[in-house]
Amino acid sequence: MDCGQGKVVYMDNNATTRTAPEVLEAMLPFLTDYYGNPSSMHTFGGQVGRAVETARAQVAELLGAEPSEIIFTSCGTESDSTAILSALQTFPDKRHVVTTKVEHPAVKNLCENLGTLTGHKHRITNLAVETDGTLKLDSYKEALADDTAVVSAMWANNETGVLFPVEEMAAMAKERGILFHTDAVQAVGKVPINMKKNQIDFLSLSGHKLHAPKGVGVLYVRKKTPFVTFLHGGHQEKGRRGGTENVASIVGLGKACELAGKMMAEENTRVRALRDKLEQGLLAAVPKAILNGHAELRLPNTSNISFEYVEGEAILLHMNRHNICASSGSACTSGSLEPSHVLRAMGVPFTAAHGSIRFSLSIYNTEEEVDFVLAKMPEIIAGLRAMSPFWQG
Amino acid sequence: MWEYTDKVQEHFISPKNVGELEKPSGTGEVGSLACGDALKLTIQVNEFGIITDAKFKTFGCASAIASSSVLTEIIKGMHVDEAATLTNQQIADALGGLPKEKMHCSVMGREALEAAIADYRGVILPMAQGNVVCECFGVTDLEIIRAVRESNLRSVEDITNFTKAGGGCGKCEDKLRELLQQTVQAMSAEKAAKPAAPRLTTLQKIKKIEEVIEREILPTLKKDGGGIELIDVDGDIVTVSLRGACSRCQSSQATLKEYVEKKLREQVAETLIVEEAR
Repeated sequence: MDCGQGKVVYMDNNATTRTAPEVLEAMLPFLTDYYGNPSSMHTFGGQVGRAVETARAQVAELLGAEPSEIIFTSCGTESDSTAILSALQTFPDKRHVVTTKVEHPAVKNLCENLGTLTGHKHRITNLAVETDGTLKLDSYKEALADDTAVVSAMWANNETGVLFPVEEMAAMAKERGILFHTDAVQAVGKVPINMKKNQIDFLSLSGHKLHAPKGVGVLYVRKKTPFVTFLHGGHQEKGRRGGTENVASIVGLGKACELAGKMMAEENTRVRALRDKLEQGLLAAVPKAILNGHAELRLPNTSNISFEYVEGEAILLHMNRHNICASSGSACTSGSLEPSHVLRAMGVPFTAAHGSIRFSLSIYNTEEEVDFVLAKMPEIIAGLRAMSPFWQG
Repeated sequence: MWEYTDKVQEHFISPKNVGELEKPSGTGEVGSLACGDALKLTIQVNEFGIITDAKFKTFGCASAIASSSVLTEIIKGMHVDEAATLTNQQIADALGGLPKEKMHCSVMGREALEAAIADYRGVILPMAQGNVVCECFGVTDLEIIRAVRESNLRSVEDITNFTKAGGGCGKCEDKLRELLQQTVQAMSAEKAAKPAAPRLTTLQKIKKIEEVIEREILPTLKKDGGGIELIDVDGDIVTVSLRGACSRCQSSQATLKEYVEKKLREQVAETLIVEEAR
């Protein structure tokens, strides 16, 4: 079986996604003819401003939010920083932050460096997770304190796809007068979100994770939630985020949100079925393969599997020779010497953590691609195990 | 994504000498599952002390597998005494270089070889007797000091790249900085104390250069199908011409500066500069 010369089997959609052709098409006029500044007085710029507002409405529609609650940013990381720092400035006397051990570096590293940004000493509670990556609500409840300013918990984990009960967590925070932020970068477009039905104060999303281009993100800020600007500058975004709008990407993100709304059903049926076929096929064909994360409470597109006694980078490079793209939580690929902090927080043993591979699918994947990967993986793993000193074939 | 040389790719995709010798003369096992890489090297040594066969099993990334594979190629046919002096830099050079974050893979190869030779000789390695500084990866002070000296390391980050020490929880960072400072100070003190090398006449210099090329440099290059010829010596400028595979090799500049020049500086005169004939 062959997937065609040079054709890439892309199963790394939690890293980034293909820009949808419809998105690119929507963007192009704003990179060519419609180059005006949305803030200008003339009609030429004004029409561009209207395109930004259309995009804002499209994003709001996907989230069940008001357009005025949508702030365009440059990326998910900017959204995360803006939300958390805003909350801390809203409650300057509260120095406690609750987050989890499995957050994306955008939140994790921010929390570790808060002191240098605010000039205050902050107490950070990093909530532990269960071995299946889920979060226990009773330990969360216990962590909330009188001096807690903000909670930041991801909606879906980027490595395992495991979902946190953020809506319940937000309600519990609200009771204590604590602001709640969620990094929903992986969840948007894959799980239904309706901000009218929850009490989340801040939500971050990133364009390039849902088939818009890189370099654009959104911070949702609930109406009446106090907000302190992070990037000061012009009056763009009603003074909440300075800097001339990245118009073409914003238009693209609007279009991507519109498409995501339409494709949500397919994500949860066809893509889920492909993911399940891949996962079950791999677990059946490869001995000592373990699923990381809760089998049910997770995104429909993500599968994180550990192949014991082999190392992730070596697996990825062999996959790369067949043009199969995925990720690993191994030390050698994380750029550090220790395996993924997410898998370690889940207590995944080292024998398995170093050999973890994350497959993350999208609507562009096909059954032929899944069959191709299923045909190639067993021989790759067997080949590497044959030279592993720990493998007792 | 790491930038690996063709040589690394080649040894990763089709590794040589995978497996385990049935009745090895010596076995060296280093690393662990927890560390993320491990190597088991078995060697066969004949009555003349020549390594007649070597096999490896490696758990690790592409550069760990490639380092192990090329190591077995290097040592086959070598006398154990010579193999015992093999440096990690020679392993890395044989692969056309490694990314600096991956240098520890070549160190792992060197350590496994040392362990296998020690096992063959029935001696205990002094390195293992040091005090563990990095708890995460079980690296001792003796190993760190040796890496600093041999590879001329100048930062804690260098130490982590070469030995992994400090790459885990980071608690040993201060201790590493201290060890680094002490070792660097000791090295410069030794250098100052060393009497100035006697001035060589041009004739003596040429003779010594020829000797080192014949004895050490040429045999190493030949293993990769390469070669080298001395063209001229003018003061401290040594002009050479690379031959065979070396002349077409992308990393010939690295070979020239980091291997040929280094060897000549060590063994002839500190001030030598090696250049390629144009």
